[in-house]
Amino acid sequence: MTGFAFSVFSYLACSVLAVFVSRRLGLGSVVGYIAAGVIMGPLLHMTGTGSGYLESLSELGIVMMLFLIGLEIDPRMVWRLRGMLLGLGGSQVTLTIAAVTLAGFALDFPWQQSVLFGCIGALSSTAIVLQTLEERGVLESDGGRAGFAILLFQDLAVIPMLACLPLMATNSHTSAGAHGSNLLSSMPGWLATMTTFGAVGVVVVGGHYLSRPVMRAIARDGLRDIFTAFALLVVVAIALLMSAVGLSPALGAFLGGVVLANSEFKHELQSDIEPFKGLLLGLFFVTIGAKIDLSVLTHNWAFVLAATAALVLIKVAILFPLASLFRLRSSASWLVALGLAQAGEFGFVLLSLGQQIDILDAADASIGVLVITLGMVFTPGLFMILDRIVASLETSRNVSTEVDKPDSGTVIVAGLGRFGQIVNRMLLASGYKPVVLDYRADVVDDLRKFGVRSYFGDAGRSDLLASAGIAKAELLVVAIDDPGRTVEIVQQARAANPRVVIIARAYDRIHHYRLLSAGANHIVRELFGSSVEAAGLALRTLGMHPYEVEKRKNTFVQQDLAGLSRMASLIDDERRVPDNDRFIAGFNDIGRVIQEAMLGRRAQYDEIVSRGWNPPRLDESHTPDQTRQENEKTGAGE
Amino acid sequence: MKRVLVLFAHPAQRTSSINLSMALRARQLESVTLVDLYAEYPRFDIDIEREQHRLLSHDIIVLQFPLFWYSTPALLKQWQDLVLEYGFAYGPKGNRLAGKTMIASVTTGGSAVDYSQHGGNKHPFPAFLLPLRQTAELCGIRFLPPFVLHAANHIDTTEARMHIDAYPVLLESLSADAFDSSSLDMLSEITTKDIAKMLARVGA
Repeated sequence: MTGFAFSVFSYLACSVLAVFVSRRLGLGSVVGYIAAGVIMGPLLHMTGTGSGYLESLSELGIVMMLFLIGLEIDPRMVWRLRGMLLGLGGSQVTLTIAAVTLAGFALDFPWQQSVLFGCIGALSSTAIVLQTLEERGVLESDGGRAGFAILLFQDLAVIPMLACLPLMATNSHTSAGAHGSNLLSSMPGWLATMTTFGAVGVVVVGGHYLSRPVMRAIARDGLRDIFTAFALLVVVAIALLMSAVGLSPALGAFLGGVVLANSEFKHELQSDIEPFKGLLLGLFFVTIGAKIDLSVLTHNWAFVLAATAALVLIKVAILFPLASLFRLRSSASWLVALGLAQAGEFGFVLLSLGQQIDILDAADASIGVLVITLGMVFTPGLFMILDRIVASLETSRNVSTEVDKPDSGTVIVAGLGRFGQIVNRMLLASGYKPVVLDYRADVVDDLRKFGVRSYFGDAGRSDLLASAGIAKAELLVVAIDDPGRTVEIVQQARAANPRVVIIARAYDRIHHYRLLSAGANHIVRELFGSSVEAAGLALRTLGMHPYEVEKRKNTFVQQDLAGLSRMASLIDDERRVPDNDRFIAGFNDIGRVIQEAMLGRRAQYDEIVSRGWNPPRLDESHTPDQTRQENEKTGAGE
Repeated sequence: MKRVLVLFAHPAQRTSSINLSMALRARQLESVTLVDLYAEYPRFDIDIEREQHRLLSHDIIVLQFPLFWYSTPALLKQWQDLVLEYGFAYGPKGNRLAGKTMIASVTTGGSAVDYSQHGGNKHPFPAFLLPLRQTAELCGIRFLPPFVLHAANHIDTTEARMHIDAYPVLLESLSADAFDSSSLDMLSEITTKDIAKMLARVGA
């Protein structure tokens, strides 16, 4: 136990430290994890007892990553990107594999190794690139979209690579070993094929029809930790099933993700699995780093540097002309070429696979890890070069700067009760596509039947708000009926995004002020509007002319809102509202005009309502001074 | 430097290209306060006190609107009905606006030919602004010849562009009192060319 606890401790401590430093240096977390591995393994020799267990656990990180990639696959988005995806992504992967493989031949590597290097070189780091593009706000620009399409294609290309590389194994018994002992080896061929297809079918059908009712039932009962456990169970079950029939667990997880991508639980699944994936993937990178043989580096540093430079040059030389061929402007082409010039985290997966199937020895694998890592370390430098190039392009050609469209804003509606539904329907009817969150699974389910993009989840959880896109959102409507939680959500959203406009549903006046200080921009009292409508109908029924009613409603609302904002200045943080004397006094003051009207002294209220529609009275000289005095009396216009 | 208040009234700004561009240009000028009436009072619930205060704190009032049925859009009429109050703008001692200047900036659907004695509209354009002119004059406000773009839906873009570019020049010249008042009074309506001519005369 102490041994195991010590490995976990050293793993977490080194990771926290190294990743923090690495992020601060702008190198991204992957480089940090590998550095943590180097510190733990070759430098301090802390990987002892329990590391084997951690290593096999870490491979679940890859599976979860592919599950999450699958979750992100939106068929509509793939269709929109189809040209870029197949054309640009396809030719980039094919050409880079070819170029690197040929370079490998030229340097007298065996053909299996050359192809492996080709596959590794063709991939870029999805994690690093997407994060950098997002930080720079260019994900939705031409270059950003092209880069995303290429990365998506690469992520998909990993699956056939993982499936095909074992076929190149030099001797057959290791090939079987790579798959682990599976129950297919004892079956006749046709039965094995059937079982394989059957397993894929189980993932697709089970994911679609079986898991959703279960998740719905768990969600309805509000069992949050069981939901998380179930999410993990789904991923692990898929991995287990796939290994049993000899398919790649990663492929199965990806498939499972795609199946669930369109479900109402997408965001909840994402927020549940994301931290596990982050940690386990981090663990994977740490084990990679721990396996680096530093003596290999000291003996081969010149070769490592040369190989890194060659890889970056080959990738840029293929990406830039390709991007230009696909009619990207030159600044966007440079973004794609320099941004995607590093090798990616899947390279590590392929390297360890290469070792397992015996086409690579430990020393070569260490060199490979170093080349990939160095490429990642250079990525921020390449982005700096990109900035220089783009700046000189703009000045030399004097191109207008409106070229790169920033990320478009999104609308989030939290809460889908009677209030939120109306908001959502009007937004949809006006052509906006809000992301809708609600914590009652049955409500979400019903709305999805009407084609509303709604997701199950508690909007008060900051991770769910984050995955709904609060950081870049333009507008958040908090329409839930629980006053306390509304305040919490407003506070969290405001902390996550200082610029987002927040419209919040208030229970009453006091709640109105709490929401104001929590950071809401506009506050709507939930029953105010409809009560005014009902009062108007009452007046009409009693025989008042409809336009007169309308004017009275307007005046009432204006007076009330003016009073509400006058009172805001009387609120202070220290005293509770009911103890605040000035507030109570002011509170009673607001409605005075209205109350007087209620008590029968209607004259002043009538005067405000009919202001400006009075005919000139010729028998009486009405001076401006008199008007002003009367205004002061009634308090109109303040 | 006189302070200019532009009251912009356009109920369908989504389809407007010329008036909206003009308003955006006006908004950028330092001497100009631009009020988008339909944005401030989407429910026609005009705040009389605030609008009167705005009038008092400016010297030149520009009514900018597309001509609808030979008149202003409904909200601008509502504005007249409510804000130009008895005892404030007219009536005995209702002289708070006296001495101010008013000008209409109008776009029309009909062409300059349509707005002539023998055209489809049977009267020259200024005739249709008679109610506005008389309203202004009853309040003691000087009513300048209107700044007009005819056939705004049909003209080519260069002509529209010239009109949009001339608008801030007009507003700044009015604010700086750059026009010779007798040459202004000789015009029945002000066009882009007139502005250039008048400025050239002052410069010479």
